[in-house]
Amino acid sequence: MIEKTAQNSNHDRSNLYDTALKKRYGIDNIFAVATWSAISISVIVLAVLLIDVCIDGIPKLNWNFLTSFPSRNPEEAGLLSALVGTIWMMITVAAVSFPLGVGAGIYLEEFASDNWFNRLVEININNLAGVPSIIYGLLGLQVFVRLFEPMTGGRSILSGSLTIALLILPVIIVSTREALRSIPDSLRLAGYALGATKWQIIWEHIFPLAIPGILTGTILALSRGIGETAPLITIGALTFISFLPENLQSAFTVLPIQIFNWVSRPQPEFHDLAAAGIIVLMVVLMVMNAGAIILRNKFQKKF
Amino acid sequence: MVTHKTTEQASLTDTEKPVLRAKRVDVYYGNNLAVREVSLDIFQHKVIAFIGPSGCGKSTILRCFNRMNDLVPSAKVKGEITFKGKDIYAPKVDPVELRSQIGMVFQKPNPFPKSIYENIAFGARINGYKGDMDQLIEESLKKAALWDEVKDKLKQSGLALSGGQQQRLCIARAIAVAPEVILMDEPCSALDPISTLKIEELIQELKLQYTIIIVTHNMQQASRVSDYTAFYNAEATDDGDKIGYLVEYDDTETIFQSPQQQATQEYVSGRFG
Repeated sequence: MIEKTAQNSNHDRSNLYDTALKKRYGIDNIFAVATWSAISISVIVLAVLLIDVCIDGIPKLNWNFLTSFPSRNPEEAGLLSALVGTIWMMITVAAVSFPLGVGAGIYLEEFASDNWFNRLVEININNLAGVPSIIYGLLGLQVFVRLFEPMTGGRSILSGSLTIALLILPVIIVSTREALRSIPDSLRLAGYALGATKWQIIWEHIFPLAIPGILTGTILALSRGIGETAPLITIGALTFISFLPENLQSAFTVLPIQIFNWVSRPQPEFHDLAAAGIIVLMVVLMVMNAGAIILRNKFQKKF
Repeated sequence: MVTHKTTEQASLTDTEKPVLRAKRVDVYYGNNLAVREVSLDIFQHKVIAFIGPSGCGKSTILRCFNRMNDLVPSAKVKGEITFKGKDIYAPKVDPVELRSQIGMVFQKPNPFPKSIYENIAFGARINGYKGDMDQLIEESLKKAALWDEVKDKLKQSGLALSGGQQQRLCIARAIAVAPEVILMDEPCSALDPISTLKIEELIQELKLQYTIIIVTHNMQQASRVSDYTAFYNAEATDDGDKIGYLVEYDDTETIFQSPQQQATQEYVSGRFG
């Protein structure tokens, strides 16, 4: 009797439900293959690019290449001035954009009240992240190179750095806000309940936890800045520099401009030099990213 | 000892003055009235339980006492709340200073992701504690009945402790600032029964030195730990919002044995809520 009831209920269930496991697993597999294809295509394209660059560039990489100034003779040409220019510029960009970006992010996330003005600022910052870099170049040309020439020295490292700093500022602000937002409110409440002021809570509890996220965002932004060419050409960074910058007001060139210059020459020897330059640029990038990861891990170890 | 306490003049027969007194307090979120006309007196070195169904405003009222509601931009408090005779919503009262005198323990244990030592030292330091920090930390942990369990690992993260230990760490952290009142917002609702028992025993110890207001959903807990109980209820408005109000406030025995209001009787006997 009981058995019969059980059978009946089983029977009822298969009438009502079609579990179609085979079909569902099939869809699983289709998506596994689709996502795997997506990753393979990206990796293959990247690998082809890297291999191609390495085949052309590695034979040209030597100590002379790193320590010589550019030259009309491809045998003697090097990228010393561009490498030093890039390093000068990245340090200046970081020094300008980190405090400004993190400060603005903290203000918008922790202090700003929800009114129309702050919402307007917010919308604008999000939009600025999508503005083409050449527009920043035009802004830099007018404001930093022309308007502030007495201070920046015209087409100088400082003008270029300020332009790139502006360009990456929205990215740093947005990632700072994301990092702050990911810290649970319960910690803020705990601080308030002990009689802490806003700044004491931010400085002692929120900021240390947010620092790894903020650093990651900043480094990603700097990595974008290091590869920018268009805005620097717009503000008139020189393409042929056979001296090292002496201060922030010196004329300068950077790796992407040097690479761009070599690629646009007709002689194939210069194209190989460009490939070698790309390798150097990528090494600089990887060193920066590695530094960021080390810094981030160091901060994360504190609980 | 106490007669009954729903009306404004109703003075509990205790001769001493109340530490905290709420007079016809309304709380609004935006334009919505959330809690209306709460009046009650809270006396020193007592444990007061706030009970009632969800949405009756007991946590909201609790957060008025240390002005945590200030942190909700749309919240507005009307009426008068006094702490030792002074209006805590007066313009010249600094909420930061007030919160160091009226501590709070939250529903979910929320230690800072720092060492046990730092968790307690933070509050003392920001409030300008001038004494010996090591001694304060030992005392606070002892008062919170946690010292024996953590004395050898003060440098370890507070997050490595169990849930019940974390909550006692949060109590130790609150005590270290030397508050007069400790507000507890369902402090045991995320804990297992044994941890809950420890916290309840701790509350009995703490009331010798502090005044404690505890919000709880657990009626047994209210009857075990509190001297006075306030029962809140909520009524629905025409547009579906709930407005909380204080139904009855009396000593705990009366509330659980012979409440004056029928709603209280029904709630404490488990017939709704």
